[in-house]
Amino acid sequence: MAFDLFLLEVVISGLMTGVMYSLVALGFVLIFKASGVFNFAQGVLALFAALALYDFLAEDGWFFAVFGFTLPVWLAIPATALIMIFLAWVIERAVLRFLVKQEEIILFMATIGLAFVLEGLGDLLFGSDVKPLDIGIPQGASDLLLDNFNLYVEKLEIVAAATAAVLVTALAIFFQKTRVGRALRAVADDHQAALSVGISLNKIWVIVWSVSGIVALVAGIMWGSKSGVQFSLSLIALKALPVLILGGFTSVPGAIVGGLIIGVGEKLAEVYVGPLVGGAIENWFAYVLALGFLLFRPQGLFGERIIERV
Amino acid sequence: MSAVIQSEREALLSVNNIEVIYDHVILVLRGVSLEVMKGGVVALLGANGAGKSTTLKAISNLLGAERGDVTKGSITFQGEDVQSLSPNELVRRGVIQVMEGRHCFEHLTVEENLLTGAYTRTDGRSRVAEDLDLVYQYFPRLKERRTSQAGYTSGGEQQMIAVGRALMARPAVILLDEPSMGLAPQLVEEIFEIVKRLNEDEGVTFLLAEQNTMMALRYSNYGYILENGRVVMDGEASALAENEDVKEFYLGVSGDDRRSFRNVKAYRRRKRWLS
Repeated sequence: MAFDLFLLEVVISGLMTGVMYSLVALGFVLIFKASGVFNFAQGVLALFAALALYDFLAEDGWFFAVFGFTLPVWLAIPATALIMIFLAWVIERAVLRFLVKQEEIILFMATIGLAFVLEGLGDLLFGSDVKPLDIGIPQGASDLLLDNFNLYVEKLEIVAAATAAVLVTALAIFFQKTRVGRALRAVADDHQAALSVGISLNKIWVIVWSVSGIVALVAGIMWGSKSGVQFSLSLIALKALPVLILGGFTSVPGAIVGGLIIGVGEKLAEVYVGPLVGGAIENWFAYVLALGFLLFRPQGLFGERIIERV
Repeated sequence: MSAVIQSEREALLSVNNIEVIYDHVILVLRGVSLEVMKGGVVALLGANGAGKSTTLKAISNLLGAERGDVTKGSITFQGEDVQSLSPNELVRRGVIQVMEGRHCFEHLTVEENLLTGAYTRTDGRSRVAEDLDLVYQYFPRLKERRTSQAGYTSGGEQQMIAVGRALMARPAVILLDEPSMGLAPQLVEEIFEIVKRLNEDEGVTFLLAEQNTMMALRYSNYGYILENGRVVMDGEASALAENEDVKEFYLGVSGDDRRSFRNVKAYRRRKRWLS
C-alpha cells in the first residue's frame, strides 16, 4: 500500500511538473501554428515577462524608482500583459516585417538573435540576480491532500494546473470560434492563400506574438513563483522541445498532453530506472522519449495529420 | 484596336504597360497592357511561363510575397492607382485573386474556408451568412461537405471552395488563375458554367488566366494572348477563336492545307510586330 502511494505521488508530481512544461510549450505552438517558425525566444519571453512583472511589484524596480509606488498584483499582471503586447508589436515592426519573404529557417535564426537581444535587455534593465516573485500564490504542500490522502502535492502546482486548464480552454475557444482565430489557422495552413483572401500577415503576426507573449507571462509567473525569477528560466525552453515533438508542434492540446507525458515519464524513469543506471536520467530521458516519437510518429500525438490525397 | 472597342464601356481595371522583375534580375513581364470592362469576362491566354499568373499577381499585389516587383507601368482600378496597395486593402476594395492550384486551407472545414473569404468584411454577420447561403446555392456540393476538412475534398470541390471563398469577399472583380488545372473536362465545364452564371446573375467581373484556350474563349467576351511576357494579340473572344494563328498555335487545330514552317516564321514576325 505504501508503495502504491509512493507511485501515485511520483505520478502526481510528474503531472504537475508536466503542466509547467506545457505552459512554456503552448507559446511555441501558437507561433509555430501561425508562421511555421520555431520561436527560440519563447523561453526568454517568459523570462522577460517575469522580470517585468517583478519590476512592477518590487520596491527595487524601475517602476518604483520613477513613480515612487508599486502596483498591486491585480494591476501589475495586466500591465505586464500590455508590455508583452507592445513587445510583440515592436518585434513585428523591427524584425519579422523584413523577413516575410524569407525562408522559415531564416526566421528561426532571427528568433535566436532575438532571444539573445531580449536576454541582454532583461539583464541590462533589471539585473541578473535571482528575484523572488510572490504574487500571492500559496506555497507549500496542500494540507487537504496531505491530511486526507497522505499525498504530498505543492499548492503552487495545483494552481499552475488550474491556470493551464483555463488557458487552454480559452485558447481553444479563441482558435475555433472567433474570426481572428480562424484567420490564424488559415495563415498556419497557407500563407499565400491567406494573403489572397485579404488577411494581413503583419497584423496576424502581432496578434500571435502578443498571445504567445501573454502565455509566456503565465509561464513566467508560475516558474518565477516556483524557483524565483532567474536567467536559467530561458533554458526551460529547451525542455519544451521534446514536449512539442511528443504532442505535435501545431496542437494546443498536444502541448498539454505532451508536457504531462514528459513530466510523468521523466519522474518515473528517475525513480524506477534511475538507480539501475546510476541516476540523473531525469535530464535526458525526455529527449530519448522524443527521439522514439520522431521515429514512429513524426507529427506527434496530436499534430495535424499530414494530409496526402492519393 | 482594343481601344476602339473598349472605349464604349467603362474600364473597371486597367493595366498599363507594366514590367515585372523577380528577385531583381528575372524579367518576366515586358510591358503588358490590358483592360477589363465592368461586367466582362476577360481571358488571359498563353503557354506555360508566358506571364499570365504574374500579371494576375501584379494586379492583386501578391507578387511581393514572391519577391517580384512591378518596376514600370501602372495599374488602376475604378480609376484609382492601386499599385501600392497591400493585398488586404485590394480585397477590401473588391479585387480578389483565386490562385492557381486552388490553395485551400487544408485543415479548415469547407465552411470555415468559405468564411475566411469574408475576413475583410465589416457589414455584419447576417450579411455574411446570406452570402454563405448564396455560395451554397451555386455550389450545392459544398453544402453537402461543409463539415469535412478541405484537404480531403476532391480537386473539383477544392476549386469550388476557392471560387466560393473569393465570392464571400463580395468582390467586384475576381482574378481567376488557371481554374481548369488538373480537373476532368466535365468538371472544367461545370466550373466555367458557374463563372458564367456568376457573371450574368451576380455581376461579378472576371479576369481569367487559362491554358485551356478553347474553353476560356467560349466563356469570355474578350481575350489577350500573352507570350514571353508580352501581349501578342488581343480581340473579341469570338474573333480570336476564329483566328487562324490562334487556332494553329493554341488550339492545335490546323486548316485543310497543312502549314509549312515558312508560315510559322511569318507568324513569329507578325507577333513581334504586334507587340
